[in-house]
Amino acid sequence: MSLGLLLVQGLNGLQFGVLLFLVAAGLTLVFGVMDFINLAHGVQYMLGAYLGASLAAWTGSFWLGLVLALPAALVCGLVLEWLVFRHLYERDHLSQVLATFGVILFLNEAVRAIWGSAPLQMPVPTLLEGGVQLMPGLQYPVYRIAILVAGLAVAGLLWVLVERTRIGALVRAGATHAPMVAALGVDIRGLFMLVFGFGAMLAGFAGVMAAPVLSVDPGMGDTVLILAFVVITIGGIGSVRGAFIAALLVGVIETLGRSLLPDLLRLVMAASPARQAGAALGSMLVYIAMALILAVRPRGLFPVRG
Amino acid sequence: MTKIGRRGVLGAAGAVLAMPAVRARAQAAGVKIGLVAVQTGPQAALGTQLRDGFLQGLKHLDGKLGGLPAEVLVIDDELRPEVAVTKVRAAIERDKVDFVVGVVFSNILAAIVRPVTESGTFLISTNAGPSTLAGRGCNANFFTTSYNNDQVHSVMGQAAQDSGYKRVFVLTPNYQAGRDAAAGFKSRFKGEVVDEVYVPLTQLDFSAELAKIAAAKPDAVFTFMPGGLGVNLVRQYRQAGLANIPFLSTFTVDEATLPAQGEAALGFYSAASWAPNMDNPANTKFVKDFEAGYGYVPATYAAQAYDGAMLLDSAVRKVGGRLGDKDAVRAAIRAAQFSSVRGPFEFGGNHYPVQDFWLCQVAKRADGKFQTETVRKVLSHDTDPYAAECRMR
Repeated sequence: MSLGLLLVQGLNGLQFGVLLFLVAAGLTLVFGVMDFINLAHGVQYMLGAYLGASLAAWTGSFWLGLVLALPAALVCGLVLEWLVFRHLYERDHLSQVLATFGVILFLNEAVRAIWGSAPLQMPVPTLLEGGVQLMPGLQYPVYRIAILVAGLAVAGLLWVLVERTRIGALVRAGATHAPMVAALGVDIRGLFMLVFGFGAMLAGFAGVMAAPVLSVDPGMGDTVLILAFVVITIGGIGSVRGAFIAALLVGVIETLGRSLLPDLLRLVMAASPARQAGAALGSMLVYIAMALILAVRPRGLFPVRG
Repeated sequence: MTKIGRRGVLGAAGAVLAMPAVRARAQAAGVKIGLVAVQTGPQAALGTQLRDGFLQGLKHLDGKLGGLPAEVLVIDDELRPEVAVTKVRAAIERDKVDFVVGVVFSNILAAIVRPVTESGTFLISTNAGPSTLAGRGCNANFFTTSYNNDQVHSVMGQAAQDSGYKRVFVLTPNYQAGRDAAAGFKSRFKGEVVDEVYVPLTQLDFSAELAKIAAAKPDAVFTFMPGGLGVNLVRQYRQAGLANIPFLSTFTVDEATLPAQGEAALGFYSAASWAPNMDNPANTKFVKDFEAGYGYVPATYAAQAYDGAMLLDSAVRKVGGRLGDKDAVRAAIRAAQFSSVRGPFEFGGNHYPVQDFWLCQVAKRADGKFQTETVRKVLSHDTDPYAAECRMR
């Protein structure tokens, strides 16, 4: 394996990690601040992709689709919060898991009823078409670099919001000392709703950004959701900084593991079993890494609660 | 229990008791079909294609099979074997269906094949064609109007061989069908396989594999990525600028996924025994009316189901509607006297079709829709590799 290929694979890993971060950021905020397990976060990502794809097709422009999909995703999130989730905040985690799992089933079928079960297409915007030659024969799509940039921008924005603004201070305080914050006269319900809506919008944004690269189909949120949970568990629940580091870590481990392991195993095994074992190990690697990290730091890399 | 409740229950019980008599009369007058097609879950689009194809066939036959009025019960297998078995048993025992038709996925077929055939009912698969039922496990009451899965992969191997490719990169999902695909391809491709990469079925991002392909610089890529996997791969392959490396695939670019792949799939290859552009009167009529009726381009799932309807029509006609004579019905199905949308069609000794296979390529039509079109015939009158092992009892 050449150095060029290794660098490209590293970049692929970072790019995938950033996409995971976009999904995981909202999840970790909601989980951390509100102590609410929202399995339906994945379907909010899916809704974002569907809204973006249909709005882009309707307006004929990716950018209008993106801009319109964000408030639409926000509204969907708030409606869900009002209809279902707010009745669950006081309940235990099991009720939350069951109810939000029900929301997944319901919304997956609803999407199928509205848009049909065939995957949708969302074209790459003309401005971001084409690619950059990183190694001979391989174009690195400009759009993927745009995902990388957008993810880093969102990460920066979130850091400023959480660490440097009044509302961020409330969110951080709410994560650790919710009753105290409420006692000081802060409308904790309103704060929760704001965080929830923002989380839904972030998931929707991730969905729209992923739509031109990944297939938009019912159930697309389910695979991402599992990885997003891995990310927030490694990062420390409630920590945006942790989610960012963990997302990049998971993205790089996933990508490099999958591409390197079969070749590494071939040094010690015959070609055919090396391929099989490498593929199997590669898909387990993320979970092995999670187990190792949790063994050393049971509360994740950057725990929020003491 | 209240009085009204009890009376209601008695009434319902009476209705149930009365039902068999009604059924028996209905059966004498018509043909009943249990159409197994997945309607929920991520693969529902394929089941919808299959269902619409069969119903289009019935439309062309004025709702009759062999002159008898036909009734179709659509059975959603939910892509869960245990659900499929329960529902199919109910269709046979309660609804007394004469034929069970359809089935997209092999694992569903494997689950229902014994319950259906052992009850003496004929099972016509219009898509799933596992090799397990083609060889030693062949069954007198089982027919398929599709192909043996391995055949399609081997067709692509032959096509790669004929095109003179020396080095091919193989990329498939890491499960049984994926490994079968790689084996099927290699059974006829004699050149060098530069690398075989297996990816998890839940793979979203192929960038790592695409970088490997670019580094290996093969003459062509062979892949089998059904459904959403294929949508992701095809678009990312195009975006990575790899489209100058020929993309040879099976069950990856077809009319069910092309609406989502669009321009990205243009010029990519697939192997099939049918394509919408095939020029014969039966096919022209099928494609035109199907698109007018359902508003989308039919894929092989629809075409083979349409053939299934035509096959049953010919069989019921041949026995003059006497469906009780199982041996006569079997012989009539085996004769396959209908005009297939594929042109020539006949059954081999294992009840799998003996047919031509084509190399197809994705093209954009004048109306802006995408479809696969035949490039050249790869195998003529091909019998599947397991047929010789079949001893039909």
